[in-house]
Amino acid sequence: MLKIENLHARVEGKEILKGLSLSVNAGEVHAIMGPNGAGKSTLGNVLSGRDGYEVTAGSVAYNGIDLLSLAPEARAAAGVFLAFQYPVEIPGVNNTYFLRAALNAQRKVRGESELDSMQFLKLVREKLKVMQISDELLHRAVNAGFSGGEKKRNEIFQMAVLQPQLAILDETDSGLDIDALKQVAQGVNALRSPERSFLMITHYQRLLDYVVPDFVHVLADGRIVESGDKSLALKLEEHGYVGIGQSHPAGAIA
Amino acid sequence: MSSTSTETNVTRRDNAEVVEALGRSYAAGFVTDIETDYLPPGLSEDIVRQLSALKREPQWMTEWRLSAYRHWLTMPTPDWAKLKIDPIDYQAISYYAAPKAGPKSLAEVDPALLETYEKLGIPLHERAALAGVAVDAVFDSVSVGTTFRKQLAQAGVLFCSMSEAIREYPELVQQYLGSVVPTGDNFFAALNSAVFSDGSFVFIPKGVRCPMELSTYFRINAQNTGQFERTLIVAEEGSHVSYLEGCTAPKRDENQLHAAVVELVALEKAQIKYSTVQNWYPGDENGVGGIYNFVTKRGDCRGDDSKISWTQVETGSAITWKYPSVVLRGDRSVGEFHSVALTHHFQQADTGTKMIHLGKDTKSKIVAKGISAGRSSNSYRGLVKVEKGAEGARNYTQCDSLLIGKRCGAHTFPYMEVKNPTAIVEHEATTSKISDDQMFYCRSRGIREEDAVSMIVDGFCKQVFKELPMEFAVEAKKLLEVSLEGAVG
Repeated sequence: MLKIENLHARVEGKEILKGLSLSVNAGEVHAIMGPNGAGKSTLGNVLSGRDGYEVTAGSVAYNGIDLLSLAPEARAAAGVFLAFQYPVEIPGVNNTYFLRAALNAQRKVRGESELDSMQFLKLVREKLKVMQISDELLHRAVNAGFSGGEKKRNEIFQMAVLQPQLAILDETDSGLDIDALKQVAQGVNALRSPERSFLMITHYQRLLDYVVPDFVHVLADGRIVESGDKSLALKLEEHGYVGIGQSHPAGAIA
Repeated sequence: MSSTSTETNVTRRDNAEVVEALGRSYAAGFVTDIETDYLPPGLSEDIVRQLSALKREPQWMTEWRLSAYRHWLTMPTPDWAKLKIDPIDYQAISYYAAPKAGPKSLAEVDPALLETYEKLGIPLHERAALAGVAVDAVFDSVSVGTTFRKQLAQAGVLFCSMSEAIREYPELVQQYLGSVVPTGDNFFAALNSAVFSDGSFVFIPKGVRCPMELSTYFRINAQNTGQFERTLIVAEEGSHVSYLEGCTAPKRDENQLHAAVVELVALEKAQIKYSTVQNWYPGDENGVGGIYNFVTKRGDCRGDDSKISWTQVETGSAITWKYPSVVLRGDRSVGEFHSVALTHHFQQADTGTKMIHLGKDTKSKIVAKGISAGRSSNSYRGLVKVEKGAEGARNYTQCDSLLIGKRCGAHTFPYMEVKNPTAIVEHEATTSKISDDQMFYCRSRGIREEDAVSMIVDGFCKQVFKELPMEFAVEAKKLLEVSLEGAVG
């Protein structure tokens, strides 16, 4: 589903990704770990199409199409979803209204019929039940006044409604206490399916206890330096990043 | 609208000669019915008399106009607003012009204008009327108006054109006209008082809640208003009325200058809600051909426990200068002002409000939101004045500016004059722009840039839109969307 080959990317003139390659098939859950400054967030931002990131070499094929040639909204309609590390607030814009606008925009691009408010509300209530989130979320403005945990849960909730094919979770576990983490994990697990792939970018192994990955990769100094299964994550937890692969993380900036 | 009758192909010069000849007979002091209702450009005492005669006004009205005109001659043009305007030649304006020969059908109307009607969702049969096509041929306004008027008559509500009111209800007009905005109040008010063409007159008798929202759309008997509109709304004790002015369709107008006066009088326990959604034709992207909009709007909370609210959404005019105000005379009276002012391209707006606290325990609330895009400049100028005897006055002011793009400007000039130590006056102001993060968040969810801007702007304006009667709120939203086109990137 996703094939990244030799990706080089720059931010503010500085090269962060230095030849990253990765393959993800449908239904797989991949975890990307690595020291600070390795390029984890950069990867997420490049894949979702954020301004300010310049790709200098390499390619990204998503279901056979050149993902990098698409505008962010087109990528969303194609089924790419980025759960932000720091979800931004949009005061005055109602959460439900926002989600419906998003879903319908995507459906329109895909040639599907748009949902009216009644149909949408029904869909949303179903998802809330599955995710075990209270419906008072529906009445609030997008992320306005949300706690860190609530923001992360909102990201997963959006994912449940938008039903992406490729979900990129950018440090979804950062800033969460154990209970919030369990809830987020439960939401992610409820969305696992053979048609959906996950790219979980994470710092700590904790999340991986609850959302068990099929593959674990270590991203260091702008490249994937080692890959393995879930046991690799445990090894990292115990020994840290020193000695992983061939690149020395000492060169990375904290 | 029924005054738009057959257009003739007489040249302007021919008309001027005819009128001049007839004009001499006016000097003799009698009124003649002439076929071409028309005054040549220029302003003088003579013109004012002729205007009054053309409208068949009683003597007291003519005198009132003349006194205003004489006062106007002594006043200097104001220039303290932060505006760049070319000086206006008052002698080049005709103060009673025949309606220009409009397009004969929709086929002759500017396609860009029709496109805007389409985007705003204006029903087909209304587009012709708005574009100035002769109405009778296309739209049956009579039947709609009749049902409306029956309901009002049953309630005892008077709602007609100003010209009609001067003839039919002279005592009421004499009692209240100029009592809120005296003829000498300011330069444009004096001009308006001398040469106003028409407007609305509303009178709600004691204890009556007006059964429907009054809209200028239904004021069929209005003559060619446009330029110098004069409106008077009187709500007697315990009565309620909601009045809607304007429409979202862009008003194509040849007249460069608009100087209107609106007076509201609320007696004891009465409530007046005045909502405006105005979209002036902005001219082209370089600001050429737009309208100068100078308005004096003032409400007098004359009775105790009365309330006056101004709600407005404005966009489009090249230059806007208006400060709807409330004089809080009665004890425990309440004044409110909710506004969204959008400027784009090269537009300039200098708007705001004045709340004058005179009575005891009076309250005022101001929520002013400005949105600037393109190279426009949006200024809020507000005055909260608490006089010595105004015990227990309370004011809350909130000014929010939203900047879209890097070349626009927003300015706030709040003035507070407080002469009573028991007053509590609060002011909050925010300036924000639509952040890149917010835009990317929306786009990453599949929402296009322009839709994202509309959504965020709508969220920004919500507080004000909430105050508008429902259909107006829907129209206002659509209006902002259309007006913000091309604002991003």
